[in-house]
Amino acid sequence: MTLVIDDLVVPLAHFDLQVTATMGARVTAIFGPSGAGKTSLLDAIAGLRALKSGRITFDDVVLSDLPARARRIGYVPQETALFPHLSVARNIRYGGRHHEHHVVEVLEIEHLLDRGVTALSGGEQKRVALARALLTAPRLLLLDEPLSGLDWPLRDRVMQFLQRVRDDFNVPMLYVTHDEEELAAIADEVVKLPIQPHSK
Amino acid sequence: MTDAAIIWFTVRMAALATGLLIPPALALALLLARGTWRGKSVIETLVALPLVMPPVATGLILLKLVPHSVVFTWRAVVIAMMVMSSPFIVRAARVAFENVNPRYEQIARTLGAHEPRVFFTITLPLALRGIAGGVVLGFARALGEFGATILVAGNIPGRTTTLAVAIYDRVQLGHDSAAWHLVAAGVIVAFVAILLSEKSTRRRA
Repeated sequence: MTLVIDDLVVPLAHFDLQVTATMGARVTAIFGPSGAGKTSLLDAIAGLRALKSGRITFDDVVLSDLPARARRIGYVPQETALFPHLSVARNIRYGGRHHEHHVVEVLEIEHLLDRGVTALSGGEQKRVALARALLTAPRLLLLDEPLSGLDWPLRDRVMQFLQRVRDDFNVPMLYVTHDEEELAAIADEVVKLPIQPHSK
Repeated sequence: MTDAAIIWFTVRMAALATGLLIPPALALALLLARGTWRGKSVIETLVALPLVMPPVATGLILLKLVPHSVVFTWRAVVIAMMVMSSPFIVRAARVAFENVNPRYEQIARTLGAHEPRVFFTITLPLALRGIAGGVVLGFARALGEFGATILVAGNIPGRTTTLAVAIYDRVQLGHDSAAWHLVAAGVIVAFVAILLSEKSTRRRA
């Protein structure tokens, strides 16, 4: 399971994000200060942002040739983006129902299934978003600052769930963070985005 | 022609006009909300024109554009109503689509959804309240349509006479109390329509 990012150039508002990297670990952290383009890099990998040039491949699959819907990449964005008009159950089943029972059990969301998503707590929302991504049986999981917006005891708890997902499901993860403690808690390898972006 | 027949005819025509207008209006609103394309500002202005032009002027233009076989028929009534209510539906739907966070649509795509599914399961439901508001306004505008209708469809009792045209006709003939009956009935119809739509959108929210 290897993700290769080859001479990638992603045009952003103030600079061109340039990345070349090979990621083969279970959990690769993408580390950098805010504004370095971490989320934009995830968007590019997921197919949500146009590339100026470069190639993204996962094993033998050229992801950058595929539309977002065909990439089979589970994306948990920072704001979770749970569909506000759907219940928890309909949210998590939106993209598929692979190993639903197992995912629901590991993330402990069984009791939430009939609820609306707007009434969930921050930690519950993160778990539901994680479940929604996992039920598509993704080839790669993108986590954008999954602990952001959570208080301290909750951060530890959500981190435990992330570690469980890492250990229970055979899905490599890209984990975006600017927090070194999070790096130490979950990452096997680190890709650093530059502090000084190339200016246009 | 009885009051009830006039009102029933007007409601049917307005409902038909609104129903026929919804699909193209939503498509246009989506293009205006999401796309950047050449000529967009021209289309935006064209859409708003029936709002600012005198309805009689719009009627005169329609008279030139509509085939002769359609003029002075119920089809002309529907066309006049569609044109006059289109700005309300297109503009409301456009704002409603613009207010849908594109992140939801993007994440739906990463979950494997193709574009029609994204539209019908994410974009449309999230925009529905705003669209419904515009549809009610458009329907109300169609119910009350007068200026364009009288030019392009005329006043043929039983065939093209709508509520507004009939009220004007009765006042012209000095039948004021008969006109007031229609006014009262019209108020009730509009009131009920708006009440029902408010209820249905509130339940969905």
